Amino acid sequence: MPTKPLANGLRRIGAGTIRAVSRMGFAARFFVAVLYHSPAALRRIPLTLREVYFAGVLSLVVIIVSGVFVGMVLGLQGYDTLNLYGAGDSLGLFVGLSLVRELGPVVAGLLFASRAGSAITAEIGLMKTTEQLSAMEMMAVDPLARIVAPRFWGGVISMPLLAALFSVMGVFGAYVVGVRLIGVDSGTFWGNMQAGIEFRPDVTNSIIKSVVFGVAVSLIAVFEGYDAKPTAEGVSAATTRTVVEGSLAILALDFILTVFMFRGVGDV
Amino acid sequence: MTNAIELDDVSFGYDRRRPVLKGITMSIPRGQVVAIMGGSGCGKTTILRLIGGQLRQQHGQVKVDGASVRDLGREELYALRRRIGMLFQFGALFTDMTVFENIAFPMREHTDLSDALIRDLVLMKLHAVGLRGAAQLKPSELSGGMARRVALARAVALDPMLVLYDEPFAGLDPISLGVVGQLIRRLNDALGITSVIVTHDVYESLKIVDYLYFVSEGRIIAQGTPDEVRNSADPFVRQFVDGEADGPVPFHYPARSYAEELAAGAN
Repeated sequence: MPTKPLANGLRRIGAGTIRAVSRMGFAARFFVAVLYHSPAALRRIPLTLREVYFAGVLSLVVIIVSGVFVGMVLGLQGYDTLNLYGAGDSLGLFVGLSLVRELGPVVAGLLFASRAGSAITAEIGLMKTTEQLSAMEMMAVDPLARIVAPRFWGGVISMPLLAALFSVMGVFGAYVVGVRLIGVDSGTFWGNMQAGIEFRPDVTNSIIKSVVFGVAVSLIAVFEGYDAKPTAEGVSAATTRTVVEGSLAILALDFILTVFMFRGVGDV
Repeated sequence: MTNAIELDDVSFGYDRRRPVLKGITMSIPRGQVVAIMGGSGCGKTTILRLIGGQLRQQHGQVKVDGASVRDLGREELYALRRRIGMLFQFGALFTDMTVFENIAFPMREHTDLSDALIRDLVLMKLHAVGLRGAAQLKPSELSGGMARRVALARAVALDPMLVLYDEPFAGLDPISLGVVGQLIRRLNDALGITSVIVTHDVYESLKIVDYLYFVSEGRIIAQGTPDEVRNSADPFVRQFVDGEADGPVPFHYPARSYAEELAAGAN
């Protein structure tokens, strides 16, 4: 019967849709629960500081090295292209705007999802697999307050700092290539950058973007860890989902935020 | 003697088509060590989770210290759990903390005791399980038996009225097995607590418990004191105690007949 495969296909699509919607509902309730437990978790400052260390400080190497290399490539490619139109002197402005408006928050967010997000998911998932979360519940300690909320806030606090550092290192990389190696005038490089980048909208919006990315990636990371199947395969799949969903969320949110933030900027 | 735990006609299933427990009734008197025995997947760990309030039964009543666990709100349930210790199958020690910090954890979370007092209490608990010298080790540096003893010390950290043991003997060598068994009995008597052990280790359990329940396919099918169990003629108990491969608990998972299966393959 030709209708049977069709019916089965529709049934699978329906089941998948119901599963996805129900999971999103669970994630939304989970987010509310994390926020509810946040004041208690934040009052215990050492708990959150520890997570800032794990999510933020331990990500420094990858952020600094990536920032420098991205800046160096921007310097090289940017000068090459700008020079075609006799605008090589605008390299500082080009690099500054690219990093502050887009590449800083986005690339730092992608790196953050890969390094810190996956680590958070794996840690919480393994705690679930080895019954550490159940043990905590049986000790009358809520894992949402003791484990999840500090990791969520550790990520949210770390992300804008890492994005800012990424932009600074990118500018440094572009300076080394553009000024030191290619020979763009140092005063022009910094002067154009200073004149062309506004604190508002550029820097403020960059900070807002990185905070939004921090919330999105941290929420995905803690949720996937908490919701992971308590098996080796389940934790592995959850870690992969964190990186994939976190990266896609950053790119989609970046587009939406950019539409709202920089609408009309070109008209000024 | 009053009962620390009472289960009255308790039924539970993760979904309606697959009931895990069917009409379980049992009473566990205060101060006793009671074992719940049965094969893997028979529902015995589910009973522990109902007692601890991690699951809620669909039918019947679970009472701990007179309180109906299903009817407790979150705060009341947490208050009850502060008086319950639980040892998980593989210890469930917090891997990012030392042995010392693991045992101090419930004290730091639930009391305002000074660091000096917590230190003394932790060392006392570790001394009781013979691991005072391991206080600064990480869980990854412990053997299976040591991890179980540390988890035992953590389970009694707040001097509970009741301790639940989920497979405390699983995967232990004979020496560790004897040590853990004796510790359970000694701590129970010394601290005046009640202990519930979920296990399939019949020999070790018969040495230390006051009473045993046998669970199969979600029902209690036999019970008695260790002597009654040793002398029981019940086919299930005999199969369990003697370790027979086949009997009331079949060797084969339910399937259509072998001949039918082979014939289907030939067609």
